Amino acid sequence: MRVATIAVHTFKESVRQKVLYNLVAFALLLIGAAILFGSISVGVERTILITLGLSSISVFGLLIAIFIGIDLVSKEIERRTIYNILSKPVSRVEFILGKYSGLLLTLLVNTAVMTAGFYGALFYQKRALGPEDMVFLGAVYFILLELAMVVGIAVVFSCISTPVLSVICTFCLYVIGNFSTDLRTFGQETGSAFLGTVCDILYYSLPNFGDFNVISRVAHADNIPGYLWVGNSAYAALYITVLVSIAILVFEQREFR
Amino acid sequence: MLALETIELTKDYRLGFWRNRIKRALDRLSLQVEAGEVFGLLGPNGAGKTTTLKLLFRLIFPTSGTARILGKQLDDVSTRFRVSYLPENPAFYDHLSADEFLNYVASLFGLSAAEGRRRSGELIDQVGLSASRHVPLRRFSKGMIQRLGIAQALINDPDLVVLDEPMSGLDPLGRREVREVILRLKDRKKTVLFSTHILTDAETLCDRVAVLHHGRLQGCGELNSILSLGASATELVLEGPSAELLDEVAPYTSSLVRTGERVRLEIPEEDQVQKAFEVILRRRAKLISVNPVKRSLEDYFLQKVGNSAESSQEVASVYDSN
Repeated sequence: MRVATIAVHTFKESVRQKVLYNLVAFALLLIGAAILFGSISVGVERTILITLGLSSISVFGLLIAIFIGIDLVSKEIERRTIYNILSKPVSRVEFILGKYSGLLLTLLVNTAVMTAGFYGALFYQKRALGPEDMVFLGAVYFILLELAMVVGIAVVFSCISTPVLSVICTFCLYVIGNFSTDLRTFGQETGSAFLGTVCDILYYSLPNFGDFNVISRVAHADNIPGYLWVGNSAYAALYITVLVSIAILVFEQREFR
Repeated sequence: MLALETIELTKDYRLGFWRNRIKRALDRLSLQVEAGEVFGLLGPNGAGKTTTLKLLFRLIFPTSGTARILGKQLDDVSTRFRVSYLPENPAFYDHLSADEFLNYVASLFGLSAAEGRRRSGELIDQVGLSASRHVPLRRFSKGMIQRLGIAQALINDPDLVVLDEPMSGLDPLGRREVREVILRLKDRKKTVLFSTHILTDAETLCDRVAVLHHGRLQGCGELNSILSLGASATELVLEGPSAELLDEVAPYTSSLVRTGERVRLEIPEEDQVQKAFEVILRRRAKLISVNPVKRSLEDYFLQKVGNSAESSQEVASVYDSN
């Protein structure tokens, strides 16, 4: 119950931040601009619109996840509002779970708004929406899973470090996560057993966002294979559980001087 | 019944880049606070008052020792339903109004929305924030935030209220209102523990006080017994005494202050008072008043702090050098 109370409060707090509206407005603007880009690209109007539209949802979702994600936890510590909350009948586990859930709710609503804008742009271009357009919801679902993992990373860093360092670390981890397959290939191609093992360890421990990006696939009217639905969902659930557990463990030990 | 008990509670901080310097913020504090009493934790800045209160709410963890609140260990979160805390210089959420904030706190205590609204309304009126209940907290002054802090600390109708410097940032009216809140809590047999470095607040409100300095307990006791310790002197006020009279009583006095026509004499020893009276009667001087000079909490505080300053510095230097 208290987790839900903190989650709702976190959601309210984030939706009252101006930066959120700016980011969502900018994303919608970019989705709108995709129509323009599409109209000057002969023959690939639809592909351009889909690629740009879904990429906007992904990039602005990422910015919201990182900046608001880190701010909402570290601000509680920095501004000492945490003293008040933790002196109430709220365990530290409940606090982290509540914060994480609230951020997730914020992302869900923002992504829903941006997705509505994206479908609006599609409708404007085609003057109709069909069942074949529902495949884009799969891409949005994967973007959401990815963002849920990024929020997990942001929460972990915000429990350990300063806001600025947390933003840098979370962003770096996101970038590395998009190239983790290349990291493994690099390890194998060096021919060194030691480097190969190190790269393998990194590959399995760092987040792997590669499989979550299906934008190009759906833009070319390819279906999302079943193994990706199951694999990505299970991977994200596992990774989020680990991240939130780490955040809780760190937060349980943290002192507020 | 004990509302609060600390047993040899100790807190060390590790300082420096390698965290190899140890600074003892609280040194084996053993205290007992009875249910229903108003207990003052006194000491200058850096004495260990806030450290003690933060330890009680597990915002920091003890290096050694333990404590119990309402008979339960500190890590028992269920105790918090019956306890409340106002941190020093509290900060709340800028984007909420006083109403919204108190409703949020009420929901953390598991109160229903209707009950939360009722309690919020009552408390906002009680702390004098009725006119600002819908104003975002970012527009609140420090004094208004402090008042709201008092309100949030009472939302669960707690048995034990812990207030860290509750008068801080308040104007005289606000201070009087907080004093009244504490006295009302006392009337309702609630336990109040508050820290302060303002001695008049403690003198007005506390049944018992503990004095901390450099993390060490310097003294603890009932206010009346502390104040009567070494009942210090007798004050005589004379009007227009002759120079001869003053010369004659001077050996008995510890101080002699002239204000216009009046002269205030302070005589420390009781038998000397008798001798001074004899001189006054013999010289037919006009005696305006005779009053016992009671030892104030401030005197006690200064004496304790003064006595401990040297020894505490020695302790700190030992830890710092480790």
